[in-house]
Amino acid sequence: MSAAVLTAPRSKLPYLVLGGIALAIGAGLWASGLLADILRYRKDIVYLTRQHLVLVAVSGGAAIVSGVAIGIALSRPWMERWAEGAIQAVNMVTSIPTLGKLALMMSLLGIGPLPAIVGLWIATLLPIIRNTYEGLRAVPSHLVDAARGMGMGPAEILRRVELPNALFVMFAGIRTAMAVNVGTAPIAFLIGGGGLGELIFTGIDLQEHGMMLAGAIPTALLAVAVDFLFGQAQYWLVPRGVNPLRNS
Amino acid sequence: MIRLDQLTKTYATPQGTMTAVDRVSFEVHEGETCVLLGPSGCGKTTTLRMINRLVAPTSGKVFIGGRDSDAVDPVELRRGIGYVIQQIGLFPNMTIAENIGVVPRLLGWPEARRRERADALLTLLALPPAQFAHRYPNELSGGQAQRVGVARALAVDPPVMLMDEPFAALDPVNREAIQDEFLRMQRKLRKTILFVSHDIDEAVKMADRIAIFNAGRLVQFAAPDEILAHPADAFVASFVGSDRTLKRLRLIRVRDVMTPMAGGDDAARGPTVSPDDDLRRVAALFLEHGVDDLRCVDAAGILVGRVTRAAVAARLGTEGRQ
Repeated sequence: MSAAVLTAPRSKLPYLVLGGIALAIGAGLWASGLLADILRYRKDIVYLTRQHLVLVAVSGGAAIVSGVAIGIALSRPWMERWAEGAIQAVNMVTSIPTLGKLALMMSLLGIGPLPAIVGLWIATLLPIIRNTYEGLRAVPSHLVDAARGMGMGPAEILRRVELPNALFVMFAGIRTAMAVNVGTAPIAFLIGGGGLGELIFTGIDLQEHGMMLAGAIPTALLAVAVDFLFGQAQYWLVPRGVNPLRNS
Repeated sequence: MIRLDQLTKTYATPQGTMTAVDRVSFEVHEGETCVLLGPSGCGKTTTLRMINRLVAPTSGKVFIGGRDSDAVDPVELRRGIGYVIQQIGLFPNMTIAENIGVVPRLLGWPEARRRERADALLTLLALPPAQFAHRYPNELSGGQAQRVGVARALAVDPPVMLMDEPFAALDPVNREAIQDEFLRMQRKLRKTILFVSHDIDEAVKMADRIAIFNAGRLVQFAAPDEILAHPADAFVASFVGSDRTLKRLRLIRVRDVMTPMAGGDDAARGPTVSPDDDLRRVAALFLEHGVDDLRCVDAAGILVGRVTRAAVAARLGTEGRQ
């Protein structure tokens, strides 16, 4: 698998460019002595990165599972009357800035990791619901008609026809959602959620560049890694016949 | 084999009750192809979809092989009936072999048997399995895709096939080719087929029986030649067109009107026809050469009979009359 991942045609160049930039920045940091400053926080980095990963993994994982489930439910015929209204509501909630969502969560649930995870979960959930719903609705009705006519039941139609054909759009939603999640996770520190935000915000307040970068660099790397991971998942898990990335 | 008894479908609309299909009854025998023909909105597709219960009838019955289809679970019923639609509906997320294997898989066939069946059907439809089995539908041309659509419907060898304008989206050349291929296949397989079409030429070519619909009602149910010779009413007459006599020529073979002769007269010149040609060729030769009779020769070039203008006229004048 890893050899295959490296040869994925469209994903190679951007990561090479990023690698080059990272190398240049690294060299600059080392030359200016900042690298030594950053490495003083090694223990904090390890501890807070772990906390950060828990925030991202729990809120993101919960959002993928629940967002896909809600999106599927909204696309079912028996939900037709409410689906459009529900999607409108989802769009409205999406327009609330994430910082606002976290603040609202703090006022409801107090401070600590729980409101942070719930806030991140909500921020991540919405694009997943929307793309799952739109992806399923975009499956051509004649495919469903053919499936019914051949004797598939509703569950089989969903699993074998609708989901595979919506998967590319669903993955696009998940990728966007996870980018929001990873990008927002540092703010969780502001409501006591911990994570790498602690180094970033404290570093800014104290004007300690080393401390700030000790939080910012792992956060940036994490964002790139998560995007790479879901990009690869999209490339390899969506069947070739319905995957625009693999058709050319 | 398939019997419709007073089959009716009505829809409640804001403007009141709309009758899509009005007390339609007819019977299609085993191994026959029946084309449901009519303008759009005439109820032919709704009738077809009531047979596999994609549309629930308001009243009336469908009997398949003598069994009341109400007594069968709709999902089970559909697995035993081949279904082909105009948009083909190949699943783009599956390979060609997987598409053909959909119903076998629903019925629990093991992988190896599904694979074998897909290969056999692709071969039957002149799509070499080595080349096509692992392609995806978006890598096929329209004609190839519709062949796979037919193969998929034949996967578990169902005795009954329902086809909803299966070839309507193809260009004329491809359509002719796939119709011919389908007719050849049907001569071997002898399926009971209900086939929806809005094209009189296709109906005349494919059908043993034609059911003509207008505004939800069955207005005529007869063999193609009978419909062309004796349209039941003004609607049917206008639907089949003023050139219906020309269309009939396709249905009659030279052997049906020729006077048999044995040997002799080998030296004669001029155009000849084969006993298996249809009368379109005969008529064309009459006009082209200004002659009133033609010699019929078999594949080996031996004279077997002659066909005259009078015999053709007599046939067109009498056939189909009760």
